[in-house]
Amino acid sequence: MPAVAPRSGEAIFSSAERVNAELFTLTYGAIVRQLITDLEEVDEVNKQLDQMGYNIGVRLIDEFLAKSNVSRCVDFKETAEVIAKVGFKMFLGVSATVTNWDAEGTTCSLVLEDNPLVDFVELPDTCQGLHYCNVLNGVVRGALEMVSTCYLMLVLSSCHIIILV
Amino acid sequence: MIGVGKIKQYSNVLDKPLSKGKQEVSLSAFAFLFSELVQYNQTQVDNIAELERRLEDAGYSVGARVLELLCHRDKGNRRETRLLGILSFVHSTVWKVLFGKVADSLEKGTEHEDEYMISEKELLVNRFISIPKDMGTFNCGAFVAGIVRGVLDSAGFPAVVTAHFVPVEGQLRPRTTILIKFAEEVLRREARLG
Repeated sequence: MPAVAPRSGEAIFSSAERVNAELFTLTYGAIVRQLITDLEEVDEVNKQLDQMGYNIGVRLIDEFLAKSNVSRCVDFKETAEVIAKVGFKMFLGVSATVTNWDAEGTTCSLVLEDNPLVDFVELPDTCQGLHYCNVLNGVVRGALEMVSTCYLMLVLSSCHIIILV
Repeated sequence: MIGVGKIKQYSNVLDKPLSKGKQEVSLSAFAFLFSELVQYNQTQVDNIAELERRLEDAGYSVGARVLELLCHRDKGNRRETRLLGILSFVHSTVWKVLFGKVADSLEKGTEHEDEYMISEKELLVNRFISIPKDMGTFNCGAFVAGIVRGVLDSAGFPAVVTAHFVPVEGQLRPRTTILIKFAEEVLRREARLG
């Protein structure tokens, strides 16, 4: 079987069905608000958001593989690039930048400059410990786990994801 | 915390120019998120009515914000004050922004003066959802009903809004009808305004 050429995030995104980002943003906001009301503790909310993201990630990887035709990434550098340029782009319509590599090449940050999740959002003082975009972490974690890459992740801020191998 | 990166930093969200609303995300991204919303809420309830109520509450908070956003951006800080005006605002403007199309139909209920129905052949949120048999008449459109109630309530038209499946002849999937029942005071006010 001839190898199929990998498709760019842009090409996949523009050929996919899309919805208004505001509906997405406001729905996410509704979820976070509901979690804060139900769970009360921001740490619990962070955990739940991460869990939701994880659930999404393990399912989303199928669509990612089916549509992108990417072959197995040879190293962590390539993996990070693919997540940033193809993964984020095909689902959220925006790409991330991979930066902050450490000397061993086992840690890096993905920075989303234009994050649709945070439009209209301002956290009150009472929610300062909240990692508003923690769901993205979970998504990346879930998706990577399905293709068996070792990692550990932390969020620094809402648009900043750190991946460690 | 928000806005780290090279983007211009604004000290608060109100200083930031309002987006034009043209940005999009993939339908799957929304579907995944919505499915998590439903699944999470399922773990928090013991019956269908409660689940619908929680989805409706989530939708309500979206609706209240949508009204504010659209009045500000599309209507020059004005909002509809008459019953038919606000209904057609929901049916066309709100629907178009949120779901990319005008709703399939807006009708007045035949049996009751205070009832209106917005119908949609394939509601966006129900697109990838099939309801297990044991969940009876549950409709995830409750979320959209909540959005409608949020818009109406915030505009000063309190109403009870519910989502129902209505079978259509010759179609495999039923359509979803959003039933709006206005509060008495709204109709009294309308009658007074003439």
